[in-house]
Amino acid sequence: MALKMVKGSIDRMFDKNLQDLVRGIRNHKEDEAKYISQCIDEIKQELKQDNIAVKANAVCKLTYLQMLGYDISWAAFNIIEVMSASKFTFKRIGYLAASQSFHEGTDVIMLTTNQIRKDLSSPSQYDTGVALTGLSCFVTPDLARDLANDIMTLMSHTKPYIRKKAVLIMYKVFLKYPESLRPAFPRLKEKLEDPDPGVQSAAVNVICELARRNPKNYLSLAPLFFKLMTSSTNNWVLIKIIKLFGALTPLEPRLGKKLIEPLTNLIHSTSAMSLLYECVNTVIAVLISLSSGMPNHSASIQLCVQKLRILIEDSDQNLKYLGLLAMSKILKTHPKSVQSHKDLILQCLDDKDESIRLRALDLLYGMVSKKNLMEIVKKLMTHVDKAEGTTYRDELLTKIIDICSQSNYQYITNFEWYISILVELTRLEGTRHGHLIAAQMLDVAIRVKAIRKFAVSQMSSLLDSAHLLASSTQRNGICEVLYAAAWICGEFSEHLQEPHHTLEAMLRPKVTTLPGHIQAVYVQNVVKLYASILQQKEQAGEAEGAQAVTQLMVDRLPQFVQSADLEVQERASCILQLVKHIQKLQAKDVPVAEEVSALFAGELNPVAPKAQKKVPVPEGLDLDAWINEPLSDSESEDERPRAVFHEEEQRRPKHRPSEADEEELARRREARKQEQANNPFYIKSSPSPQKRYQDTPGVEHIPVVQIDLSVPLKVPGLPMSDQYVKLEEERRHQQKLEKDKRRKKRKEKEKKGKRRHGSLPTESDEDIAPAQQVDIVTEEMPENALPSDEDDKDPNDPYRALDIDLDKPLADSEKLPIQKHRNAETSKSPEKEDVPVAEKKSKKPKKKEKKHKEKGRDKEKKKEKEKKAADLDFWLSTTPPPAPAPAPVPSTEEAGVNPVTASKDECEDTKTEAQGEEDGAEGQEQDKKSPKPRKKKHKKEKEERPKGKKSKKQPPGSEEAAGEAAREPVQNGAPEEEPLPPESSYSLLAENSYIKMTCDVRGSLQEDSQVTVAIVLENRSNSVLKGMELSVLDSLNARMARPQGSSVHDGVPVPFQLPPGVSNEAQFVFTIQSVVTAQKLKGTLSFIAKNDEGATQEKLDFRLHFSCSSYLVTTPCYSDAFAKLLESGDLSMSSVKVDGIQLSFQNLLAKICFHHHFSVVERVDSCASMYSRSIQGHHVCLLVKKGENSVSVDGKCSDPTLLSNLLEEMKATLAKC
Amino acid sequence: MIQAILVFNNHGKPRLVRFYQRFPEEIQQQIVRETFHLVLKRDDNICNFLEGGSLIGGSDYKLIYRHYATLYFVFCVDSSESELGILDLIQVFVETLDKCFENVCELDLIFHMDKCNCWVIDEASRRKKWEAQRHQQVHYILQEVVMGGMVLETNMNEIVAQIEAQNRLEKSEGGLSAAPARAVSAVKNINLPEIPRNINIGDLNIKVPNLSQFV
Repeated sequence: MALKMVKGSIDRMFDKNLQDLVRGIRNHKEDEAKYISQCIDEIKQELKQDNIAVKANAVCKLTYLQMLGYDISWAAFNIIEVMSASKFTFKRIGYLAASQSFHEGTDVIMLTTNQIRKDLSSPSQYDTGVALTGLSCFVTPDLARDLANDIMTLMSHTKPYIRKKAVLIMYKVFLKYPESLRPAFPRLKEKLEDPDPGVQSAAVNVICELARRNPKNYLSLAPLFFKLMTSSTNNWVLIKIIKLFGALTPLEPRLGKKLIEPLTNLIHSTSAMSLLYECVNTVIAVLISLSSGMPNHSASIQLCVQKLRILIEDSDQNLKYLGLLAMSKILKTHPKSVQSHKDLILQCLDDKDESIRLRALDLLYGMVSKKNLMEIVKKLMTHVDKAEGTTYRDELLTKIIDICSQSNYQYITNFEWYISILVELTRLEGTRHGHLIAAQMLDVAIRVKAIRKFAVSQMSSLLDSAHLLASSTQRNGICEVLYAAAWICGEFSEHLQEPHHTLEAMLRPKVTTLPGHIQAVYVQNVVKLYASILQQKEQAGEAEGAQAVTQLMVDRLPQFVQSADLEVQERASCILQLVKHIQKLQAKDVPVAEEVSALFAGELNPVAPKAQKKVPVPEGLDLDAWINEPLSDSESEDERPRAVFHEEEQRRPKHRPSEADEEELARRREARKQEQANNPFYIKSSPSPQKRYQDTPGVEHIPVVQIDLSVPLKVPGLPMSDQYVKLEEERRHQQKLEKDKRRKKRKEKEKKGKRRHGSLPTESDEDIAPAQQVDIVTEEMPENALPSDEDDKDPNDPYRALDIDLDKPLADSEKLPIQKHRNAETSKSPEKEDVPVAEKKSKKPKKKEKKHKEKGRDKEKKKEKEKKAADLDFWLSTTPPPAPAPAPVPSTEEAGVNPVTASKDECEDTKTEAQGEEDGAEGQEQDKKSPKPRKKKHKKEKEERPKGKKSKKQPPGSEEAAGEAAREPVQNGAPEEEPLPPESSYSLLAENSYIKMTCDVRGSLQEDSQVTVAIVLENRSNSVLKGMELSVLDSLNARMARPQGSSVHDGVPVPFQLPPGVSNEAQFVFTIQSVVTAQKLKGTLSFIAKNDEGATQEKLDFRLHFSCSSYLVTTPCYSDAFAKLLESGDLSMSSVKVDGIQLSFQNLLAKICFHHHFSVVERVDSCASMYSRSIQGHHVCLLVKKGENSVSVDGKCSDPTLLSNLLEEMKATLAKC
Repeated sequence: MIQAILVFNNHGKPRLVRFYQRFPEEIQQQIVRETFHLVLKRDDNICNFLEGGSLIGGSDYKLIYRHYATLYFVFCVDSSESELGILDLIQVFVETLDKCFENVCELDLIFHMDKCNCWVIDEASRRKKWEAQRHQQVHYILQEVVMGGMVLETNMNEIVAQIEAQNRLEKSEGGLSAAPARAVSAVKNINLPEIPRNINIGDLNIKVPNLSQFV
């Protein structure tokens, strides 16, 4: 029975898949939560099963539940189990669940590292893909650090599908592990020219995302992007690039100049709205960045505005919206060209779409001038009345205030009008922005002295009117204006017409329904009012009147004393006592008015909001110093028990450490700073040096900007703002007449009306003079305020870490950590093994030599850097034909090549650095390790490794070549083509029982006629090999470079020792006279083998073979330059044919590229043209054709001997296939 | 960068929730709800951009959405994305969904494209398809379009090709639906008394002999 139940429940448990779950949830609408918790219990049971399919099914269901908002983090471990399933079906489910639920806080995430690494190197591209996708969602700093190198390798994967994913995920890796940016950047840059559009677009995407955060580091890429922009047809890529240029132009105005023309062309030619829009946007950015002085400047602006108008007039709301958005950008610099479209924008205010109305409002902000402010605000006021929905109405309200108050009330000519607008706004029901209106009222009344009288009269009527008080019960914010009204009436009570009346209004019982802070202001200002009334009465000799007012106060104040608000209560009680005291004095006929008003003597000045922050720290004041030493310090604790008995002496030891122990102090200060930095409430002091200005206290020093102008207008009574508009028109008309008259009298005299602030005057503005004599008191700042505006950058900004100079050559410490040990598996090709090992070991030169080398390298680096900067300058300064990108001509070192050479330089840097840095730590570590050969786990890896190796081991510039070749579908191949077989360029030189030497000869374009021979020495014995010396018999044609002072017969020491089983690489430089023929050099390696039994002197002879191919340097060449070269006709021709070749054409080309240092220029079907260049500048062009079973190679070269030798070598290589 | 992709129906029921920035589940639900309320009150003939980004990020963020019959597709993006571009991307995504499901199952389509170029969703079929076995599938399709918040591929043919290749791969492995069914029968056939006994023992490494072939 019980068993049956168990069985039944097991049935049900396993029967439920995702579909059943979903159906079940729908059928349990009433008790969904209960049903789901039941399901989760079942899922937990399922997860306990050993069957991976059941687990996967459970995880699948969990993913769905996660979407519904259920936390599934408890199943993280099970998710990892499913991720590590061998079947793709389950793996995919696992990774999806992980990507939905894992995050940095997931503790089991660290268990995934090896699994992910395994999947990344899986032979199935979809396993790799699914791992990359998953990782992109949950990569943590640890994962990023550990996997960066694996992902970087994947960037050169044969499948574009993997490449593009690897490229994209690099951005996430950079974010989490910024140190990886510099080592990975050269390869990322290569991918910009990937033949696959998807990979290219991914690379553009990543670089744009990086550049957006730190544009200045990416300026040097501008030529490359420019080329892409003019050549790409992919709108996605174009949009990204154009957006990127928008970010770059502000930093380099010359770039903008260069961009204008192609962008304008695009604007004219494209049919894609999205592209058009982005072009317009970038043109705007360019125009903003250019100060002026471009002849077609206004034409571009006109073009933009005109195109935007078309967008805005479009019936598609999206285009309309974007048009307005872009228009607002133009507005900032070219307000005039936008202002002419005012009608269109005002029209948009009537649009049914709120987003569009809001955008239009934004535009209005920038479109106002003195002339049209009143008109625009009037229009907005009508919208306020019409608006439904408080959000939009609130937005309108804030916009009105923003528009009017912008740049210090620049456009307001009549402040009475503004005050009445504010008063009108108080009639808005239910707005949240009462405090905004209040702040404006206060600001205007305080800073515009001339308006105070008018303001006071308005405010008193506000206090009087009941509607604000009534509305206060509705809990909306508009009663905030009473705060301002009360304060203004109190502070400027001398302007009140009927102070007594106002006083009574403020003491009404209903006032007690207001919020506490407003009541408090009421109470305070009632006294001010009272003081001024008292003075008036006393001066007029109305003693009785004065006493009556006092009585009123005494009668009414108690209602505030009973207030629940502490502030109100306290103020009211104080004041009540004060008034009672006054009453006593008044009863004795003592004149009190003077003394009472003395309470409020002096003027309150406006203080800038930033003033507090700007107060400089006086000299000698250390804000970081403790006022009282903290008690918890261990050192002072030692002294405490003693101090208990003699208190006098206690102080001294307490002081002593603070004076004597500076280190300790510094340490504490540091700790404190740390603490303060983490404390959001701590106001940081500015670190800049304090400047002392002459401090002269007093009100006179408040800067007052004066504008004295014509007769003030007085409008009595409660105003309607509309009437000002009419009045204003009349006034302007009159002014104009006057001005015309004046103009006739004295032409070309200085214009009337000084500008308040350095705003850009427009013609129309200048004609309008303010209606009132206004002093706008600028806000007070502390004396000797610090002038610099602190840049409030968020220190926690994750993108800051990526602000890295990418042009700087890689430093030794910067290489990506490489996984050094993999799970053991028998290695199948030991020959390939030693190469990566050797690479890791690389050279460990003696200090002297290293130093020497480094010096040279440094110099080179410097040169390169200068050159790069010069490249960009050059690129920017010249004005090449706009449409075609500058194509490099291989025969000359022309400017056009610069983008390419620059990138090559960088690659080279990476390479040399990468090699340089591998000595030291890794080498030493290796020394201790067991001498067993390295083992690899996966077949895939084997394919990967040599690839990575290849890019490192090839001659300088080969990395570039890889990128170059990658442009053709040759190396990376279409998906159907098989992966390339692994190859090593190292060939066996000599070997005996002690040592095995493999070598690779590399040419370099940098050093004229020099080749570098890299020799890998592998110790096969049980002895330590040391004192190694390489001596080579020079020939007429080839000479070994030796340290200065040594003779031709001396050997060159190998700068390292080899413990048993270890291998390392040494490099030797040879100078070559003629490169047209191959060359063989005899040499000997002598060394001392030392083991437990003793040391023996050994030697090994070898023959160093310099083939003609080794003099070639992979050099990229574009097809047009290639055609030109062939056209020139000064190349001699020769050809060979090899039969019986079974190799695929792709592999064939790869072989030629690899062994003979060619790069593919163009490939059509089974025919390809290739190019290379010798270290002495010979051009070598090849045409490779594949027939049924044969390959024919036609060559053209500037030297016939070289060509024939090369073809012979090539024949030999091909024959081996 | 794309911060989030949300798909929900006209009743606000989430159909796909994909965040590229970590939010706890309850916040995610809250964002879905609020976003739903934001887009719900908008007519179909007004613009597809919303500056309601306060949910996810600062003013740099925008909501860009499209409404197809019963479904809303909402992308939350920052200023590095082109607004019109994202609108196109949504279209690509939806068309890809259409294409994939059409090819997988001819019974009922999730989307039909009629002559007016307007998308109609068959309500009855949508429910079945979308919610159930397609939930994962939609995620997989999305993964081919957007990866880690960045646009991965915009070429529909490429996306479809990759999805189909992966589905073929899955099919060749027997698929998930097949596996549990077999697993179930396997479990059912186990000699029952063994299970409780093993559980009683508390041995965590129970090996069910019949199962190995399905793992």
